[in-house]
Amino acid sequence: MALSCSLNRYLLLMAQEHLEFRLPEIKSLLSLFGGQFTSNQETYGKSPFWILSIPSEDIARNLMKRTVCAKSIFELWGHGKSPEELYSSLKNYPAEKMVPFLHSDSTYKIKIHTFNKTLSQEEKVKRIDALEFLPFEGKVNLKKPQHIFSILEDYGLDPNCIPENPHNIYFGRWIADGQRELIESYSVKKRHFIGNTSMDAGLSFIMANHGKVKENDIVFDPFVGTGGLLIASAHFGAYVCGTDIDYNTVHGLGKASRKNQKWRGPDENIRANLRQYGLEKYYLDVLVSDASKPSWRKGTYFDAIITDPPYGIRESTRRTGSQKEIPKGIEKCPESHVPVSLSYHLSDMFFDLLNFAAETLVLGGRLVYWLPVYTPEYTEEMVPWHPCLQLISNCEQKLSSHTSRRLITMEKVKTFENRDQYSHLLSDHFLPYQGHNSFREKYFSGVTKRIAKEEKCSQE
Amino acid sequence: MKLLTHNLLSSHVRGVGPRGFPLRLQATEVRINPVEFNPEFVARMIPKVEWAALLEAADTVRTLPHARARPEWGGGRGRSHRRPGSLARVGMPRGDLGLCPQLHLVEVPKEPIEGYEHDEKFLRKMHHVLLEVDVLEGTLQCPESGRLFPISRGIPNMLLSDEETET
Repeated sequence: MALSCSLNRYLLLMAQEHLEFRLPEIKSLLSLFGGQFTSNQETYGKSPFWILSIPSEDIARNLMKRTVCAKSIFELWGHGKSPEELYSSLKNYPAEKMVPFLHSDSTYKIKIHTFNKTLSQEEKVKRIDALEFLPFEGKVNLKKPQHIFSILEDYGLDPNCIPENPHNIYFGRWIADGQRELIESYSVKKRHFIGNTSMDAGLSFIMANHGKVKENDIVFDPFVGTGGLLIASAHFGAYVCGTDIDYNTVHGLGKASRKNQKWRGPDENIRANLRQYGLEKYYLDVLVSDASKPSWRKGTYFDAIITDPPYGIRESTRRTGSQKEIPKGIEKCPESHVPVSLSYHLSDMFFDLLNFAAETLVLGGRLVYWLPVYTPEYTEEMVPWHPCLQLISNCEQKLSSHTSRRLITMEKVKTFENRDQYSHLLSDHFLPYQGHNSFREKYFSGVTKRIAKEEKCSQE
Repeated sequence: MKLLTHNLLSSHVRGVGPRGFPLRLQATEVRINPVEFNPEFVARMIPKVEWAALLEAADTVRTLPHARARPEWGGGRGRSHRRPGSLARVGMPRGDLGLCPQLHLVEVPKEPIEGYEHDEKFLRKMHHVLLEVDVLEGTLQCPESGRLFPISRGIPNMLLSDEETET
């Protein structure tokens, strides 16, 4: 049988948040579960309705156990630009595929989902009644139906211009919901131990999905902070470890990041965070260590490196410095006698990160990290590059009118030979990004204020 | 610090290179921290382990005269982290842990055995050694330069100043 025959059509209902991150998430998850993502499918722009061709319902269910970008998935029975088109499309759907879900012993209900329009009860009933021609033989049960069917109507994306009739109408059998509720249940607001720059829960799960994290992986975060990214990976069954240069953060000491709380409590640490979510068994270790001077032996043992490096706005970029330049006024800790230097260029930091990932990741393992960029000067050539790593996706999240951060996902495709071989990269391939070394200055400088002012003027 | 982590760490003192592995472990306080047994994960770790280094580290923990083994979280530190009753999820009887936690360490297999993926007894031993032995206080010493890295409250501090690191 040809491949095209064995593929079934599914309708994905996407959440209208983090739009750019959605396609890489779904692609990554499909490749994790053995589903091929075929490129000849309808375009996936900003619309919440995506048609997906995948070989089995199992893959669809696995996908929904992981995605935070999609709300629900349906087995697509029919699709049209008008009610008539939908009905004729439904009549062409093979009856033998419908019957198992419509027979007389079954219970069902039909739901209506509209996007960008609200329908009256009367209109809804009319639409359900119009489906009479389908061979429904089961009993309606609104509370606990065995099967749920949905009519989904798409009224476009512009809330100021809602058409009379929908652009697209879909009918399908509901299969599963995604993991949107994780965003609420893992919310930073309710988390025990947080820092100034703790990652939003939704983005943490997106990062773990872009990283293709799976059960029994080892996931590493070299800028671990309070460990928010590790929580998402542990939730998906990966064992986690991390390092941070900040002794106080790793030990959960010092000032609290929360309002109305001055000092961190005795049990605020990464292990306790994981325990809060019942994930302590996935805790390996956290160390105090400088990401610019990794203390790991040779070998490939990390399945994914997922990290949010500091870029000097709310957390400083730091590396260990020289004994000669011990700064005054640093908090006293018995063992952290190593001075910390504040001059760690962003381009050096990303060079170190990519080299480290190329060296320690397993083949096929992924590096997922945030790259801050000054948007007026950004070009794609600036994205740091490594011969062992292939760029998978590059998604923008706007921070302000002139700055953004980009979520970069890379996959290790080649064995790392030896360190010397890659030392020339710093000058060759990181040069384009070096303009961003002064990201912090640009972020705070009068230049940015002036741009903002100019933009304001031009709008008026 | 778990012995699995110890097995992946290396000294990065200037000029030491590959001779920085394995770090010499000196433990003054060790806790046996029960972790749920997951045979698939342990089996995945076996080929990644540097066996000689693991044997040496396990030996150090076992034979150190001053090493105190703690059967569970926190006791005596004035901050109990453990929820009541959570010992129940451990795969081993409590008596085992409380009475002679060090005993398990004696039995580190000399090398990975054939067909270990399906040998639960072997995997349970390895699980215990790699994931349940937690070094709370002690040091890691660079075998080449002698530099000491302190371990406190279970967390190693690997920071070096610019003068000490490889360039």
